Parts: sequence; structure tokens; C-alpha cells
Amino acid sequence: MTTTREPVAQGLFTWPPTGSAPLRLIASECADCGLLSFPAATDCVRCASTASKERLLADRGTLWTYTTQGFRPPSPPYDGPEAFEPYAVGYVELPGELLVEARLTGSGPERLRIGQEMRLTCVPYTVRDDGTEVVTFAFAPVEEETS
Amino acid sequence: MTEAVIIGVGLHPFGRFPGKPALDMGADAVRLALADAGVGWPRIQGGYIGSYEVANPDAIVGRLGLTGIPLRGVFNGCATAGTAVALAARAIETGEHDLTIAIGLDKHPRGAFAADPSVAGIPSWYGQTGMFLTTHFFGMKINRYMHDHGISHETLARVASKNFHNAARNDKAWRRTPLSVEEILASPVLNHPLRQFMYCGPNEGAAAVVLCRADQAHKYTSTPVRVRATALRSRKLGAFEVQSPSFPVGEPVESPTVDASRAAYELAGIGPEDVDVAQLQDTDAGSEIIHMAENGLCKDGEQERLIAEGVTGIGGRLPVNTDGGLLGNGEPIGASGLRQIHEIVLQLRRTAGARQIAGTPRVGYTHLYGAPGVSAVTILST
Repeated sequence: MTTTREPVAQGLFTWPPTGSAPLRLIASECADCGLLSFPAATDCVRCASTASKERLLADRGTLWTYTTQGFRPPSPPYDGPEAFEPYAVGYVELPGELLVEARLTGSGPERLRIGQEMRLTCVPYTVRDDGTEVVTFAFAPVEEETS
Repeated sequence: MTEAVIIGVGLHPFGRFPGKPALDMGADAVRLALADAGVGWPRIQGGYIGSYEVANPDAIVGRLGLTGIPLRGVFNGCATAGTAVALAARAIETGEHDLTIAIGLDKHPRGAFAADPSVAGIPSWYGQTGMFLTTHFFGMKINRYMHDHGISHETLARVASKNFHNAARNDKAWRRTPLSVEEILASPVLNHPLRQFMYCGPNEGAAAVVLCRADQAHKYTSTPVRVRATALRSRKLGAFEVQSPSFPVGEPVESPTVDASRAAYELAGIGPEDVDVAQLQDTDAGSEIIHMAENGLCKDGEQERLIAEGVTGIGGRLPVNTDGGLLGNGEPIGASGLRQIHEIVLQLRRTAGARQIAGTPRVGYTHLYGAPGVSAVTILST
């Protein structure tokens, strides 16, 4: 049986990722002042322009800060599995672009340190009743992939 | 401009009160504040009332008296009560009213706040994937701050322990069991590096403050407390704030707390070195540490030594959160900042009982911070 995967939202990251169009976060760039926004926004919070164009963000950056989630968040809005598994979140600095808040792969703080190199990936964070895996963006420590 | 002074404060205990509506807690707080001021409700000319859970907190007039006065509902996240007292003071300063009241009340269900992210202008996926938690921000902010400024886990625990010990001396506080540093460090991690006993919890309570023109204060009290400054600021582009899916790379931009604090000191003509007692937003132990610096009360990183030396304890040079703060009292959002002011007024009057600080305090400071990046500061003096 093939598992179906769906992104948690349209327009958040490129989907499905392919060899010629790998996974990237979709931001917007203000047509007037150049400010980047993620998620993509029609209104610029610097110059109030309403004109923007799509911009794909870098898929590598450094971990700026992080924390862990040790209890199941109130639901709704959280729609992860009833059997809660702790996870980590952090801000990854994409050089010259944005600091982006994201899920981090894994759950413990031991393998995370401020300043380490991180790479964009995606994680299935929940499974619908029909078996569809719902996917969201996340960052993973680069050193784990190369070690 | 006419100056506003506080002539009465009233506080309903903070905690859990099954079966008691928020409006009844608010009415109790108002009656205590009116009695403290020695004025009857019909004398009040205008008021500002804040709540998160009560859609029409101005319905409180149904319990106090339908006198027809303008009673304006206010809401500004965790800065709600700071906003209410600022506006009540402003109405006096501008000459609109001679006698006003600021009221806050709330009754939150147990557990972390839950809401649809759309209320904060954030898409649904942010909540669905478990990102829409204010506790993440506090964990991440203090984690970065500890990395940059050499703050230890023990210091986090010392702050929480101090506030629970202070609350133990406060019969209106919610968490009155003293906890040791070791007990706090042994509690489960909720959001690294913050542990269960390092967080405050949403709960229930109410508070009220009666203000009048300074030149009429002698009619009511011999110990008026002057409202020297109120300031409120929202977040600026580039600042690291709660519930931000992203923010721009670049030079660090300061928190609205820094902006509100500077504005308040300037308005008051009072500097941080003059502050005798402070109430700082301690949503978590890390927040109290960061807010000491953001409010100008120390330099970044100095907290490690100051807290170890007990400087922020009741017997220290700069007592912080003498009534137990949010950690000891919990946070009914609408009332929290008025509880802070209640405590400062007692300290400046030297009627704080078992938790009274030494000497003759003249200047008190209160600070609130909340979503989506808003901060309120008041400076009070004798």
C-alpha cells in the first residue's frame, strides 16, 4: 500500500519536492522595498506596499535558538497525534534572508547547539484517519547527515 | 497638566474560585479599592476595565451601580491592566475627570492558552503543527540569552524559588508553598531550559485602582501614590517577539519593553538607579531575568551575580516581585498589572506586612509584556 503524503498548507513550501525543484520555503519579496516575508504575505510590514513577488528561501542556515515541547499543545489548534511525542522547535537564520521558526527533527536538546548548521527537510507530523501523512517543514542538523 | 495619584487599591485573591463569576471577583476588588479610597461608587466619574475572557466587562456596573458613567473596555494582551491604569490616569491628567477607576478581572480555564492562530493574524498551519505556543518563545528567548550572557540553570531556579517564597508571605497569592532551588530543578522540563515550576499559570482573579487629581488627594488620604509615568509600546520590525513565524535578519532590534521603559523614565524624570522596588512580568523565570536588563535595572549578564547575592530578594537592594509575581500569583490577564500596582502601593505606604521591604521606599516600578509584542510600564512614587 502506498502512503499518501500531503503538505499541511498550500503555498508554504514547494511540493512535491523533485530533483529539479527541491524542497524550499516559499516567501514573498516586497516589490517596493524588497522586504522578505515568511509565510508569504501580500502586505509589507515595512512600507505597507501591497505588491509582492514569490521568492524561494535558502535551504541551509544556522540554528539561532531552540526549545523543546514537552507537553501536548492545546487541541485545537494542534492536530498532531493523540499519542503525543515531544518535538523541538527553533529559529534558523537563513543568511541575508530571514530567521525562520520551524520544527526541528528529533526531540531532545542534547543534539542541538546554537550556531550549528541546519538544513531544510520535511517531517510527517500527523496521520489522518484515511492514512494520509500530513507533512510540515522542519530543519535538521547537517552534521547528523554527514556523520 | 494635572497629575494623577492613586488613593485606593483593591485586590481579589488570585487562584481558582469555582462557581464565582469573574464579574463578582471584579466587583469585590472594586469595593475594596473604593473602601481603601474612602469614596462611594457614585462619586466615580469614569473608568477603564480590562478582561480577556469576559466579552463585556463593563457589565460590572450591574453589580456596582448604574450611574451612567463612561466605562470603557480595554484589551491589550498581557499589557491590558497597564493600559487600563494608563487611560484612567490620562483622563485625570487631561482634565476630563477628577476621580477615575481602573479595573481588571479574568477567569481562565486550566492549562496553556488555546486559540485559533487567526486571532493573531497567523495562518492555521502554525497552530496545527504545534508552533502556536507562547511558551516556545519564552523558552527560546531565555535559551539564547543564557548562551549570550552566561546565565545558568541555577539562576533560573533561584528566581522561581524567590518568587514562591515571596508568595508564601502573601495571603492573596495562589502558590504559597515555598520551593527550593533543588525542587525546582527536579521538576519536568516543559520547554528547554524552562521547567514546570519556572512557569506561571493562567488562573482567576481581579484588581482595581482608584485615582484622583493630585490637588484633591488630601480629601481622601494622607498617603497618595503619584503616577509619575505610564508608557506603552508595541513591537518594531526586526525585534524577536512572541508568535513570530519569522523575522528579518540584521542588527538586533530591541524589545518593546526597552522602548516603553525608556519612555517612562524620561516622562517621570526618574532613572533606573532611583527604583526602590519593581514588579516585572515573570511569565517564566527567564522572563524576569531578561526583563531586569530590558527595564534598565541592570546590565545584560549581571543578573547571574545579582540573583546569587540575593539583590532581588525582599531583603535586597532591588526587590523584584515582592508579592510573588506571576509565578506565585498566576495570571488572570486583565487583572495582572493592577495586582502589580496594588503591591507597589502597599510597599510605598509601608503596609505590605510580612513582605514589607526595608527603609523608606519612594519609587516603585511595574512592567508587563505580552502577545503579540506589547509592553506597558508605570512608574509610581510617594
